[in-house]
Amino acid sequence: MHHKTLAELAAALGDGKVSSVELTEHFLRRIESLDHRLNSLITVTGEQALETARAADAARARGEAGPLTGVPIVHKDIFCTEGVRTSCASRMLDNFISPYDAGVVERFKAVGCPVLGKTNMDEFAMGSSNETSDYGPVNNPWDTQRVPGGSSGGSAAAVAARLAPGATGTDTGGSIRQPAALTGITGLKPTYGRVSRWGMIAFASSLDQGGPMARTAEDCGLMLNVMAGFDERDSTSLERPAEDFNARLNTTLKGLKIGLPREFFGEGMDPGVARVIDEAIDFYKKLGADFVEVALPHSGLSVPVYYVVAPAECSSNLARFDGVRYGYRCEDPKDLMDLYMRSRGEGFGPEVQRRIMVGTYALSAGYFDAYYLKAQKIRRLIADDFRQAFGQVDVILAPTTPTTAFRLGEKTADPVTMYLSDIYTIAVNLAGLPAMSLPAGFSEGLPVGMQLIGNYFDEARLLGVAHQYQRGTEWHQMAPAGFE
Amino acid sequence: MEWETVIGLEIHAQLSTQSKIFSGASTAYGAEPNTQACAVDLGLPGVLPVLNREAVRMAVKFGLAIGAPIAPRSIFARKNYFYPDLPKGYQISQYELPVVGRGQVDIELEDGQTRTIGVTRAHLEEDAGKSLHEDYHGMTGVDLNRAGTPLLEIVSEPDMRSAREAVAYMKKIHALVRYLEICDGNMQEGSFRCDANVSVRRKGTEKFGTRTEIKNLNSFRFLERAIHFEVERQIDILEGGGAVVQETRLFDPDKGETRSMRSKEEANDYRYFPDPDLLPLDIEPAFIEQVRGSLPELPDEKKHRFMNDHGLSAYDAGVLTASREMAEYFEQVAAAVEGQAKLAANWVMGELTGALNRESREITDSPVSAEALGGLLRRIQDNTISGKIAKEVFEAMWAGEGDADQVIEGKGLKQITDTGAIEQVIDQVIADNPSQLEQYRSGKDKLFGFFVGQVMKRTGGKANPAQVNDLLKQKLS
Repeated sequence: MHHKTLAELAAALGDGKVSSVELTEHFLRRIESLDHRLNSLITVTGEQALETARAADAARARGEAGPLTGVPIVHKDIFCTEGVRTSCASRMLDNFISPYDAGVVERFKAVGCPVLGKTNMDEFAMGSSNETSDYGPVNNPWDTQRVPGGSSGGSAAAVAARLAPGATGTDTGGSIRQPAALTGITGLKPTYGRVSRWGMIAFASSLDQGGPMARTAEDCGLMLNVMAGFDERDSTSLERPAEDFNARLNTTLKGLKIGLPREFFGEGMDPGVARVIDEAIDFYKKLGADFVEVALPHSGLSVPVYYVVAPAECSSNLARFDGVRYGYRCEDPKDLMDLYMRSRGEGFGPEVQRRIMVGTYALSAGYFDAYYLKAQKIRRLIADDFRQAFGQVDVILAPTTPTTAFRLGEKTADPVTMYLSDIYTIAVNLAGLPAMSLPAGFSEGLPVGMQLIGNYFDEARLLGVAHQYQRGTEWHQMAPAGFE
Repeated sequence: MEWETVIGLEIHAQLSTQSKIFSGASTAYGAEPNTQACAVDLGLPGVLPVLNREAVRMAVKFGLAIGAPIAPRSIFARKNYFYPDLPKGYQISQYELPVVGRGQVDIELEDGQTRTIGVTRAHLEEDAGKSLHEDYHGMTGVDLNRAGTPLLEIVSEPDMRSAREAVAYMKKIHALVRYLEICDGNMQEGSFRCDANVSVRRKGTEKFGTRTEIKNLNSFRFLERAIHFEVERQIDILEGGGAVVQETRLFDPDKGETRSMRSKEEANDYRYFPDPDLLPLDIEPAFIEQVRGSLPELPDEKKHRFMNDHGLSAYDAGVLTASREMAEYFEQVAAAVEGQAKLAANWVMGELTGALNRESREITDSPVSAEALGGLLRRIQDNTISGKIAKEVFEAMWAGEGDADQVIEGKGLKQITDTGAIEQVIDQVIADNPSQLEQYRSGKDKLFGFFVGQVMKRTGGKANPAQVNDLLKQKLS
């Protein structure tokens, strides 16, 4: 049952072949028996999930079910869930029970998706390996000595290991796509503003975007149909006409213009990754797509620009965690300054502290122009590069990551090496574009992800291009050994 | 050595919107602590701000009233600092691009001169909560009801040269925001308060002296006293050969002095940057025109109308238009006694204001309504009572003894205008005071007043004074 995709499970529910309660119990059993090998979930919410499942079955019996009613999912622990701990994988919020639901959580609740639990992640979504979590690292189901990527590492590992058919994630610099690539699943980062950020704990507000993580493009489209939509509580939310993101799944790719950014195929890319991407390009050629080389001349500056903008916003976004109203408070503070310094010093892990300090520095008087302002200017140039490229092509294809999953601890000593694992994903966030990662093969037994980048609001086209690939390939069906 | 004082004010006017500037929570004053703070005001994880359009409309209203340009695009920025009553660890404010640009207001000085004070800018921002240090036994209580209340910060140029000018300017802005109905102006509740930047320089020099900033002055009197103290303090330092330290100071109204709060070295680096949770605020010309159309008659316009239509002096017109409520009260009274606006003005500025001040009441809370006062003045106009008796009637009306006619009737205060009756009293007075009569007739003209007094005394003040004068003159000659 757990090998079925989300779409297949939805169909099985619709046909009455299985009930939501049965499905939910099945996945809860898998979590119980297998997650100790992965640590993909911080909180399991079995009782609430079963309650929702019973309600979903009852709704279906009344003929009130929607496409995803009763299909269980997991939420990244960055989304606020009413009455349930919402930790952001931080000691700071270990005791935080949210009094409200995030917009995304509300939407899945309204549809009637049982929530199996909250997934592990890098602390406050800051990391690329899921090793900064206060709840311990997540292991990659393809090789438990390796990382699943991050920051949505728990969501990726849970979906890859068939502990849940779908998961929510967030992507600030690649946090959906990079772990999707490293665990062999499909993940979509929508256009900035598509998915409400209300109740999604902010890391870098101008870059954060929630999105689906599942096994296939079709599944991602089904989830995005639930997640996307205007939310008046989020001023950056976009008002767009309702859209079925799976409407173009079967559109022919004949004559589709795919751009290959030469900057994404340079040195630093693992030969195994390069081989897989070349094969994917050949596949698309056979489907009738035309390839054009495009230039994204400023993309080389993405990582430095990102590591000014994101920490700057995070230094301010995380100021509310001060030990005053909720969250971690140090023992016996001797005065206000002591309360602040120890609560934050003890409540935040080293990577979060590093970014707060970098961001505080970048915004300080005397440095603001040289760092923050300059980074914002380059950010516009990066977006302009994409605008020009999309004048020539429909979609951009690139590797998602330069390498496959690395070993636990391999990059923790050197933050810059870690940051470079997002080198192909970050520019997309700076430009606010939609992009996805889908499994395209293996290198030395580890999954390789292919990235598809679309123009603004072109999610449906992206999903179609990905679906056509998945119709002719089986990479997305591979299950890691031990989790079949 | 002659010194010149230089003052600039930053006025914080709390906008009288129903809900907060970035959340739907109520802004009503005086609720139980933390009962009017929603998830957004508490700065919970994941919450986001949404701008209240009404606050924008009010800011635009103010901008138009001071003749300032309205920015077609302004930006909300985060001002970052840690404080327990600042829930997010930053205040959302406007920094580089404020919604209201440069404008000006005229202030009237007591010598009748007018001075123009520049308003550098006005911007929208959210208020913080309140820290309560009493009753918590060494701990601090935090009340976030006020957190997120919309404020318009109105920044003046350093154009004021005395505490009086500063007070006149603050009063002018106070009147303006109340005329515009964008702020209730309640200073006790902190709805209208200011920070004063004060420095002194040698007369004739151009360079400003080092300034200090006196925080959170919530009355006109405190502003005046704080500036006086601060100017003296700075002059003492400079004349003693010292240097003024740039710092933030607090005014202690009990001791009448300012004291250091934090120096420039300790000042925060607020790390302003555009708030990525809010889009730039774009204001369409059509919106500005719509707001312009809704502007009420402003104090200066009203003042000129009072001078032209009612023939009032600049001073009287200025006093009567100082608040919208006072102006409305006056206009109602004046309408009751057509052609005698000066009479109405004298009564509103004299008896009424005196009585209000005596009991520290607002004009809106006056026991004698404008209609009732109009009724009283009509009785002066039609000679039912004299101006002097009217004062007695007014006191009775103030004490709640009814309207003018009821009091006049009840106390028998109706003026005696019957010539025969007055003549009778005059004859008696003359008969009873033969020696005064003789002295008067032998040239002591001053005694005329004595006879008037005697007649008024015997009629209980009710005799028509003009008739008494006329008749006495006849009888005494």
